[in-house]
Amino acid sequence: MKKIMTGNEAIARGVFEAGCTVAAAYPGTPSTEILENVALYDGIYAEWSPNEKVAFEVAAGASIAGARALTAMKHVGLNVAADPLFTMAYEGVNGGFVVVSADDPGMHSSQNEQDNRLYAQHAKVAMIEPSDSQECKDYIKIAYEISEQFDTLVLFRITTRIAHSKSIVELGDRVEVGVKEYKKDIKKYVMIPGHARVKHVEVEERLKKLQEYSNNTPLNRIEMGDTKIGIITSGVSYQYAKEVFGENASYLKLGFTFPLPDKLIKEFASMVDKLYIIEENEPYIETFVKAMGIECTGKELIPICGELNPDIIRKALLGTGEKELYNVEINVPNRPPVLCPGCPHRGIFYAVSKHKDIIATGDIGCYTLGMMPPLNVTDTVIDMGAGISAAIGFEKAAMMGGRKNKIFGFVGDSTFFHSGITGLVDAVYNNSPIVSVILDNSITGMTGHQENPGTGKTLKGDIAPVIDILGIVKAVGIKEENIRVVDPYKLDETEKAVKDAYNATEPFVIITKQPCALLKDVMKKRAGKYVKINQDKCKKCKACLRVGCPAISNRNGMITIDKDMCNQCTVCMQVCKFDAMEKVGE
Amino acid sequence: MIKSLLFVGVGGQGIILASKILTEGLVKYGYDVKMSEVHGMAQRGGSVTTQVRFGEKVYSPLIGDGEADVIVSFEKLEAARWIKYLKKGGTLVVNDYEIYPQSVLVGQETYPDNIIEKLKKTVENVVVFNAAQVAENLGNIKAQNIVLLGALIKALGVENLDWEAVIKENLPAKMHELNINALKEGMKLSK
Repeated sequence: MKKIMTGNEAIARGVFEAGCTVAAAYPGTPSTEILENVALYDGIYAEWSPNEKVAFEVAAGASIAGARALTAMKHVGLNVAADPLFTMAYEGVNGGFVVVSADDPGMHSSQNEQDNRLYAQHAKVAMIEPSDSQECKDYIKIAYEISEQFDTLVLFRITTRIAHSKSIVELGDRVEVGVKEYKKDIKKYVMIPGHARVKHVEVEERLKKLQEYSNNTPLNRIEMGDTKIGIITSGVSYQYAKEVFGENASYLKLGFTFPLPDKLIKEFASMVDKLYIIEENEPYIETFVKAMGIECTGKELIPICGELNPDIIRKALLGTGEKELYNVEINVPNRPPVLCPGCPHRGIFYAVSKHKDIIATGDIGCYTLGMMPPLNVTDTVIDMGAGISAAIGFEKAAMMGGRKNKIFGFVGDSTFFHSGITGLVDAVYNNSPIVSVILDNSITGMTGHQENPGTGKTLKGDIAPVIDILGIVKAVGIKEENIRVVDPYKLDETEKAVKDAYNATEPFVIITKQPCALLKDVMKKRAGKYVKINQDKCKKCKACLRVGCPAISNRNGMITIDKDMCNQCTVCMQVCKFDAMEKVGE
Repeated sequence: MIKSLLFVGVGGQGIILASKILTEGLVKYGYDVKMSEVHGMAQRGGSVTTQVRFGEKVYSPLIGDGEADVIVSFEKLEAARWIKYLKKGGTLVVNDYEIYPQSVLVGQETYPDNIIEKLKKTVENVVVFNAAQVAENLGNIKAQNIVLLGALIKALGVENLDWEAVIKENLPAKMHELNINALKEGMKLSK
């Protein structure tokens, strides 16, 4: 049967067909839908873990126990899981172990551009790169075979355009491989230095075998066309290259990209007149080819920064493609993402924005948007968890430098479980009088509503215990008198908590509790409810515009609220000094 | 012959669903199809695009400047933002509908005037109608995406497939009637 699938859906299908039985991940664009789709298949245990390191370790444990295992994450997630990655490279596998890294060239929704092909080289594990959805499915199955044959985990590297592009996939059946026998083997699975020294030698031996494999596998193939131009490429770049050159070039299409196939590359290079390397971001293949002493052209012409497309390649390598474009003389305002109408984060950011001397260290999630005007609250965003830990560093530096700014660190509920907890432990342990604000909207919001340890449901939709954030905060050692749990829709309460926190001399925590306005149950409950402006009472003071709600607009001096967008969170009502707002639809 | 289409608009307008329905229909026609979507940073409010390419054999899921045969813009400001992607002589389908960006909502920037007139002056083939109004008349503004899809299907000349069946496969039963009507209205509008 043929189906049109995204790369992520196809990976999930491949995982199912390969007989994988344990899969774990933490959501992150563009990788999120892999586990969401794996979870739809029976016969696979699938979980959201609190973070990528835990997910990686769950899958690693399953592999050692004998199951074919999967973990999937976005590129920056692999940084979080880098610790177990490097040691599992030594321990190898029992059941096949595939690790998906979904990189984001062009940074559609990421804080950096990072080419995780370099991780395979660094950790010394096999790497596979598919070029479309069909290959996503087929290559995953091969990845499990390679993993078991060579006793290595396999890094399965995709990019946004593979993850989120749809193309046609021929489906197959699941092969039930069961769970292999587990035999205790501490020399393989206990990496004390004495064992690891032996293992490192084995890893180097394994690399030689993998390189031999790389030279012979059909995953790396030559496609001969015109021999004036030869192109070495991998991943989605192969599709762009084919689009531009078609039959007017020959290709070495690499699907198995660590170790790279030295003999095959030499052979291919000798068959063509001019050799190009077409790859996104880092000169990963190019560096290898040049180190072999083979002349080629790559990053001299093709940009390192950003995502490729056929047009860029055409202009860079052919010097053509300059065409006349439509140009309309319109000054187009930017349309950056905004906190949704009724977003519970708005209330707390609004309350904090009133204190101009507060430094706010932000984090990854919808609340990153606390930086946007008119709220303008957030000062820094580094990675998940840094909302709290960077606050500690900021506070210590300010103290050493004699500055007295109050530091507020922001994390969401999912981020708190991900890596916020350890920051909070540090704040208590090293007595840092920062304010940690935990924005609990009862869901992992920005990636599209995934369950987390605080939501009461698992990835499979089963009921789960709700891990109590307040209980953790107390257990970590934040004193009762330094904790406020507030409803961010109630501005008085929220502003009072911010004031108390501002004046605190010890580590302080504010937990805001109000579910995401886009949750189905919430939307149902608030359907038809909105706030209306009584134009007779409105003094056009524009105070309501300062909460930054997309439902409120200033159209030629008249302030109005879009009733289809508004869901009566009432934050704007509380800001209005002239009582000009009225609830409708109660 | 490969055709390249670009859907542009604002998060929450149903762009991804419309491109999904089109993609599945084109597969049923027997085309090789690639569809690529960009998830923005937020659930709502940001600029959203999807690209659909179909033909006998499609390699790249992405197109560059001046390569789209058709752009369907769900919001008129977005038509201006993405116009450089349109191939010379290509068709622009525009929803005559405004969604203000945040900067405009708070009065920091202004929403440009006469967008449609300016587009018509430069682009030869422009199809304009208010899909939001059409959908609202049919009972729900949310069906504006399917009105636009209907217009596109007609413009592409692929109206002979059983699109109603594709809609039924991709939407819950209670939405069928509304969206099938929306599709038919859209087809009429691009004549």
